[in-house]
Amino acid sequence: MEETKQHRRRAVLRAAFPATVPVMTGFLCLGVAYGMLMQAEGYGPVWSVLMSAIAFGGSMQFVAITLLTAAFDPIQAFLLSVMVNARHMFYGLSLLDKYKGLGKVRPFLIYVLCDETFSLVSTLEPPDGVARKDFYFYISLLDYLYWIAGTALGGLVGNLITFDTTGMDFALTALFVVLFLEQWKRPENRPAGLIGIACAVVGLVVFGPDNMVIPAMVLVLAVLLGGRRHLDRRGEEGAL
Amino acid sequence: MTLTPLQTLGIILAVAAGTQLTRWLPFWLFPEKKAPPAVVTYLGKVLPPAMMGLLVVYCIRNVSWLAVPHGAPELLSIAAVVLLHTWKHNVLLSIAGGTALYMLLVQAVFV
Repeated sequence: MEETKQHRRRAVLRAAFPATVPVMTGFLCLGVAYGMLMQAEGYGPVWSVLMSAIAFGGSMQFVAITLLTAAFDPIQAFLLSVMVNARHMFYGLSLLDKYKGLGKVRPFLIYVLCDETFSLVSTLEPPDGVARKDFYFYISLLDYLYWIAGTALGGLVGNLITFDTTGMDFALTALFVVLFLEQWKRPENRPAGLIGIACAVVGLVVFGPDNMVIPAMVLVLAVLLGGRRHLDRRGEEGAL
Repeated sequence: MTLTPLQTLGIILAVAAGTQLTRWLPFWLFPEKKAPPAVVTYLGKVLPPAMMGLLVVYCIRNVSWLAVPHGAPELLSIAAVVLLHTWKHNVLLSIAGGTALYMLLVQAVFV
């Protein structure tokens, strides 16, 4: 019994780990940067790791550094987090079906649902013989741990890193490009993919880099809903 | 540290609460036992490719297009990822190749 269990876990990890390697590269780099920035503001590894483990908010954690170095204002912190992370709502909407009936791991999957995990989970299929639930769980867990490990490293030994890591976080951009291409393989996904790019560009040009996300999301939603009759192909076999 | 430990914890919890709200809201609105409305199922199908496109643009939002080098490192590296991926279909190779090229470009070429 024990052996088959271990066997199963190894099979899942063999499938899940390679998928998360780009996230590991990006999260370790950005995590280290975050841990170092926090350290520079007088918040040691205990605080930066606590923030990463409890809030697990990626770019919002960088924004939160400014909140930690100003007058105490938790309401503003809450509202800002909702706005910066509003895109998560679309991830949940997209995963209602995939995250159905996963039992005990489901709350954890939702708790740590970030851009990168969403991208992997919504694009990749577990190989034969690997349970959907296990595949999603290990991808989510590994991504979560990379971020915490990076943060801890940055807080503890960030100033010892002499290797020039400038540009290494491009791994995350590259990951999104690759997953976009994977989505592109299915012709019925292509219009939506182009809509996403176009709306984001409009959001960026009109509202600037700091305020582009919510307008871009609203625009995406409006175009997808407006074009539903053309984009929605009923009767096509399930897009699982 | 600007804030006291208790205030710091308060900010951490506030950031966590705001972030978690955005993660849980769809799952609260459409519980797993009930079939969601057709429009939500439709959105679940078209949002992933749309969000992937949005995230690519989001990643390069801070590029100064009007100043030298006009986003050349980003555009060249993204093109390399696309070429590598359509050629070899190997996720890790495409990402490693694109990232290595980007690092080379920002560290040694467009400095």
